[in-house]
Amino acid sequence: MKGIAMKSPFSNLHSALSATTVLALGLAMAACGHKAAPPPPTPPAPPAAAAPAPTVTLTADPTAIESGSRATLTWTSSNAVRVELNGEAVNLNGSQPVNPSQSTDYQVVAHSADGQTANAAVRITVSEPPPPQQPPPPVATDLGFDQAVRDAFFDYDKSDIRPDAQAALQSDADYLKSHPGLSVNIVGHCDERGSAEYNLALGDRRASAVKSYLVSQGVDAGRISTTSVGKEQPFCTSQDDNCYQQNRRGHFTQGSGQ
Amino acid sequence: MKIARMMICLLGVALAVLAQDQTIVIKGQAKYRMALPDFNASGVDAKLQTTFNSVLWNDLYQSAVVTLVGRSLYTEAAPSAEADLANPSYRSGWTADPLSIQRLAFGSLQQNGSGLVVTGYLYDVTQPSGGRLLARRYANPATDAGARSIAHQLANDIVAALGFGPGIATSEIAFISNRSGSQEVWTMDYDGNNQQQRTHLHSIAYSPRISPDGQTLAFMSSASGHPAIKLLSLTTNRLLPFPDFAGKGGLEETPAWSPDGKKLAFAMKTGENVEIYTVNANGRGLVRLTTSRGAVLNVSPVWNPKPPAGSPGQIAYVSNRAGALPQLYVMDADGRNQQRLPLGGYAVSPSWSPNGLSLAFAWVRNNGGENSGASDIYIWNFGSQSYVQLTHNAERNDFPSWAPDNRHLVFQSGPPYHSQLFSVAADGSTPAQLTTAGKNEMPNWSWH
Repeated sequence: MKGIAMKSPFSNLHSALSATTVLALGLAMAACGHKAAPPPPTPPAPPAAAAPAPTVTLTADPTAIESGSRATLTWTSSNAVRVELNGEAVNLNGSQPVNPSQSTDYQVVAHSADGQTANAAVRITVSEPPPPQQPPPPVATDLGFDQAVRDAFFDYDKSDIRPDAQAALQSDADYLKSHPGLSVNIVGHCDERGSAEYNLALGDRRASAVKSYLVSQGVDAGRISTTSVGKEQPFCTSQDDNCYQQNRRGHFTQGSGQ
Repeated sequence: MKIARMMICLLGVALAVLAQDQTIVIKGQAKYRMALPDFNASGVDAKLQTTFNSVLWNDLYQSAVVTLVGRSLYTEAAPSAEADLANPSYRSGWTADPLSIQRLAFGSLQQNGSGLVVTGYLYDVTQPSGGRLLARRYANPATDAGARSIAHQLANDIVAALGFGPGIATSEIAFISNRSGSQEVWTMDYDGNNQQQRTHLHSIAYSPRISPDGQTLAFMSSASGHPAIKLLSLTTNRLLPFPDFAGKGGLEETPAWSPDGKKLAFAMKTGENVEIYTVNANGRGLVRLTTSRGAVLNVSPVWNPKPPAGSPGQIAYVSNRAGALPQLYVMDADGRNQQRLPLGGYAVSPSWSPNGLSLAFAWVRNNGGENSGASDIYIWNFGSQSYVQLTHNAERNDFPSWAPDNRHLVFQSGPPYHSQLFSVAADGSTPAQLTTAGKNEMPNWSWH
């Protein structure tokens, strides 16, 4: 509701009556028990010929805020001698910052000299701000991992855990059990000889065999993921037995921990 | 350098093989002496002429069913029209010694604006008169690709008219290349032209297999975090939906199409083994074919394109169930009648010939344990239960794939991590290097 002027029952008489006559009539009406606009606090000089209806407008910018933020109310009026904002006297035209803590209705009322009123209202909606973002859990890298966790090596075309690999994996199991926050990936590798397709499966078999051994040593299976790259991503590329052995392994990397 | 050495090795093998009277696929088929002069041309862009003539020459040379006689030996000009061959002395200019031409291919090119029209003829000039075997007209846009495509089609028509169809000149080869920075699926014309990258998954891709109708390509990709089978539409270049049966931490690889295109066989990790399964091409109806014990790996299935009448189909595959080293097995497509090929050594990568009679594979023959890694391509003949050696060099030769003419194979060869692709006729003739950039491997020849 903005700027709706309420018409008094006397509007048709404005042009015919003098100011004093209006006053007299007003007092008489008051004496007869009619509700009438109170006399203005300061003697105005209303135009003798006309007493037009007051108008008032009220805007809020913005109309929706987050709790703790501010908005600005702006009002204008015409033909008014007094303006109130939520009951408090304010300038006839003006603006005012507000920071309501919850959704609030604001109303301005403008009074003309002859007691007519106009009002306007606006609602400012207040919403709760979003909760502060939880920072993501930090990516923790165990600095001792690469030194402490040793890969398991295999014989040609085999996925059996041989004695040297057993010793390495027992030590790895101890490390994992004493670092419960760690999870690991085991990647199965093969040397470059032979079918890439067969080697992809062999690498997977090697990774699975390493995982099974760690589980048998008491490491929770849920901490271990496995995959295979077969003969891709080799650790060395020369064609000699030493390099071939280097590539036949289950290789440990740190998982993205809990 | 390398190709010359391979040629010598292959030709040496060819002679040795013939002496042993082994069954090879083109034994006994005589090669016609053919003359192929440049086609007459009027108003045709010079580059298009060169493309057309050189592609047609190479296609007929690669076909391995004719001996193309060099143009420097010709004593006659090319026929300007069929009518020239009605002249006996003109005809005998071709058939007389030392040229001894038996088949004459000739024709003309015309360019009409943006269109290229080729008229091609094949004649049996040993006949005293007549002898027309082929007369055909082809039209295509007057572009390099258009001229190339006509030459390929005409070459196939000539091979068919000679009685050796189907030809391979319009076929394609899928393969894996790492030249873009990661292993991806690529395709190319059978002669190595038009090499195109087909996937951009930035992971490990293996084992591309073109479907029998040429519309779809199955392959393995680790892009989802584990090796899984994926399908690529060769017409839209988009991945097609296919269920991931293996799931996180699983493994699926080595897809193979049934000859009717309705099913795929593939290998999938199951417990502590890797087993062979079949599934319908729409992803339904998963059936397990092998059941193993003791950490057995069963991989690399391939279907018999021409199974015996009434059989449910046949599948050859690789398994290490007999010990540690992989061997070749054959079974019915329902998993029954499992048989091991009597090979020994380290035998992998089977490819079944289009006529169903042979299996090409890669073999480290005398291998009781560790080896140098050098493997050669061999052909096993089911009829005679014997093998023929195709390559004989110190490189790693692997992944043979039969061509649809049952006469050619493509395979990978080269030092570790640097393999290239080569095609060769099964008698060792017409070897050709198809790739040079990056590491190229796992070729698969289309079905048509």
